[in-house]
Amino acid sequence: MVPAALSFDHVSKEFPGVKALSDVSFHVHAGSIHALMGENGAGKSTLLKILSGAYAPSDGSLAIDGQARTFADTSDALAAGIAVIYQELHLVPEMSVAENLFLGHLPQKFGIVNRPALAAAARKHLALIGEDIDPWTKLGQLSLGQRQMVEIAKALTRGARIIAFDEPTSSLSDREVRRLFTIIRDLRTRGCAILYVSHRMEEIFELCDQITILRDGQHVATAELATLTRDAVVQRMVGRKLADIYNYIPRPHGGTGLVVEGICGPGLAEPCTFSAAAGEIFGLFGLIGAGRSELLKLIFGGAAKTAGTVSFAGRALTIASPRHAIEAGIVLCPEDRKKEGIVPVRSVLENTNLSARRRTAHAGIFIDESWEQTNARDRSTQLRVKTPSVHQLIRHLSGGNQQKVILGRWLSEKVNVILLDEPTRGIDVGAKSEIYTIMQDLARSGVCVIVVSSELPEVLGVSDRIAVMRQGKIAAILDRADASQEKLLKLALPLETARAS
Amino acid sequence: MSSARHSPRKPIAEFFDKAGMLVVLAILFMGCSVFVENFLSWRNMQGLALAVSMTGMVACTMLFCLAAGDFDLSIGSVVACAGVLAAVVMNKTESITLGVTAGLGIGALVGVTNGYVVAKLRINALITTLATMQIVRGFGFIISDGKAVGIGLEDFFTLGSSALFGIPTPVWITAVCFAVFGFILNRTVFGRDTLAVGGNSEASHLAGIAVDHVKIIIFTAQGVMAAFAGIVLASRITSGQPNTSQGFELEVISACVLGGVSLTGGVGSMAFVIAGVLIMGIVQNAMNLLNVATFYQYVARGLILLAAVLFDRWKRRRA
Repeated sequence: MVPAALSFDHVSKEFPGVKALSDVSFHVHAGSIHALMGENGAGKSTLLKILSGAYAPSDGSLAIDGQARTFADTSDALAAGIAVIYQELHLVPEMSVAENLFLGHLPQKFGIVNRPALAAAARKHLALIGEDIDPWTKLGQLSLGQRQMVEIAKALTRGARIIAFDEPTSSLSDREVRRLFTIIRDLRTRGCAILYVSHRMEEIFELCDQITILRDGQHVATAELATLTRDAVVQRMVGRKLADIYNYIPRPHGGTGLVVEGICGPGLAEPCTFSAAAGEIFGLFGLIGAGRSELLKLIFGGAAKTAGTVSFAGRALTIASPRHAIEAGIVLCPEDRKKEGIVPVRSVLENTNLSARRRTAHAGIFIDESWEQTNARDRSTQLRVKTPSVHQLIRHLSGGNQQKVILGRWLSEKVNVILLDEPTRGIDVGAKSEIYTIMQDLARSGVCVIVVSSELPEVLGVSDRIAVMRQGKIAAILDRADASQEKLLKLALPLETARAS
Repeated sequence: MSSARHSPRKPIAEFFDKAGMLVVLAILFMGCSVFVENFLSWRNMQGLALAVSMTGMVACTMLFCLAAGDFDLSIGSVVACAGVLAAVVMNKTESITLGVTAGLGIGALVGVTNGYVVAKLRINALITTLATMQIVRGFGFIISDGKAVGIGLEDFFTLGSSALFGIPTPVWITAVCFAVFGFILNRTVFGRDTLAVGGNSEASHLAGIAVDHVKIIIFTAQGVMAAFAGIVLASRITSGQPNTSQGFELEVISACVLGGVSLTGGVGSMAFVIAGVLIMGIVQNAMNLLNVATFYQYVARGLILLAAVLFDRWKRRRA
């Protein structure tokens, strides 16, 4: 038998506190399209990073054509004929298409680029994927779909035989998706082994031959796609009843809570108005770029609003900066934990007390050392942060524990409204469930919880009411009882796409 | 990188990680005491302390600058300009107070400007302070007409040349600075905010820290401190010298980095700075005692700095 073009052999990957992949084995054959599915955090991206040479597996190995290989870095993987095409494309917008195609191996003599040869080679490779683009066009002038084509052509210039796609259709129009599929099928015919990562069930069933399903870093199944139904795939991805982990218990709502009226600012197309009662969990659903994070930032004073008012319990609030919001009891757990949430080089204690110490310091200046210690320990215990001590640097913690520390930062304050932006992104299932419990507890204690999520089951599972955002405005607000995955998705899709499909 | 690795560790490794450069300092000091003749003499110790006092003073505020993720190249020029301006004003007005105030004032002005441009106008600190460095140096030359300005008020010289319990006043001042700024960094909200801003300014902003204010205050303090060092220097050398302290900024930053203060912000302590300043000073002092030619001293200092940074990186990778 011919060895598989690509094999994962008992591959594991550990990060501090999290096992991202454990003992994953499967084969991808030349001339086939192999789907890789799993929920967020199931380990798909980790697997792709191992394939691309960005991570080394903690255990196990990769084999290409039956030969075990280890990659010291990404250029090693490239040289072995592997190309991974990510959602965010790795191209240089200021350079020409031709230069992008041959970045790192431009045809040259004595260090001087041979431009005619470059143009000819670029045309040849663009023709291979049926693109007719002038090689000297600046990449930045191309549409996203065209850029993706350039990325594929670039993989071909390096002689890639194993090509992995990470959610390639997430930002493409319908027509561009059709083009992409034609090209992927063409690559299959030419004997490439293709690994295709997507959340979209329709695409997987239309395009792929085999499927591998991951759940919580474990390998669940590898099968011929023809032998499976959609329901069977979903069941294997989820592996448990979804409702279980949300711990949703209906609770009575209090009086008037947060009222946002006609708020405008960067990222919003129309003034947004909504209100959430004290003790209510209010979900905000929408696709990426719908303006959800922007709306939260405007309420919190992290970005300057151009119009509109925010009030709590009937009292109008003047919020020009995050500090004002915090003083009014409105707090935000930002979406991008690394960039906007944690201070990575400081300890759990420092990260916990970052905001509340302004209140507890003697005369507002001198640190209250014993309060700092006690508060950091108490919050860590309360939220069950897994850390050897509060003096541990926060960057050594897993994503879930970092998120808990940020929650702890806000639980150290008197909170009226908590704004949670994708609070469970990149967090393992156990920690997710704990964070849902914390949300429910907060709501029960009368806090107004606003939660942004792009995961349908999550937003449906935790919220009392759900606002759907579409293209920078609130498209609709639904009650929990009226909301369903189909309804939310239909409301969230941009209007043009909705009409096309 | 598993979490287990951060729990109980070998005590020696832990001590070494924490103490870091202090251990190197102790070894260096003992080595010099044994092998370098006259190193341990009271006279030499006095000279050594005086030699590092200026770097030490300014390193205190540079620590804050670096901890907040910025740095300041204009301090060498501020030292010179403040000294010259103080000298000129004192000669004109016959008043020490006015002279010192003018010197500190120019430092504050440069500092506020740096801070405002970096924090509010969001220009990179490298570019901003590179510009003010040249502007202020030029200004110093302009007001002194390019020549040293001798100071006529003898009382002013006590600042630089007096001593208490046999230790020169500038050394006392530096010691006080170490204590005060060490306390501010560790025990005040401002100090902790500084480290947070350097560690992640966006996260700090979203946690309610007034990032811009923190930066402006730090640059202002840096300017005033450099001006003060310039005035002490003028008092020691009894004149304002417009071309003094060229490259001083690099000496100060080197000392901080040598001690283990991170150039990317968020990591630093006064112990690091003291260690860095003293290591630099001792090496220089020992080389002088051993009659190493100046040209070779440059090479040696550069090599030491490079070695220290590589050592720090190695230590951090292991952690």
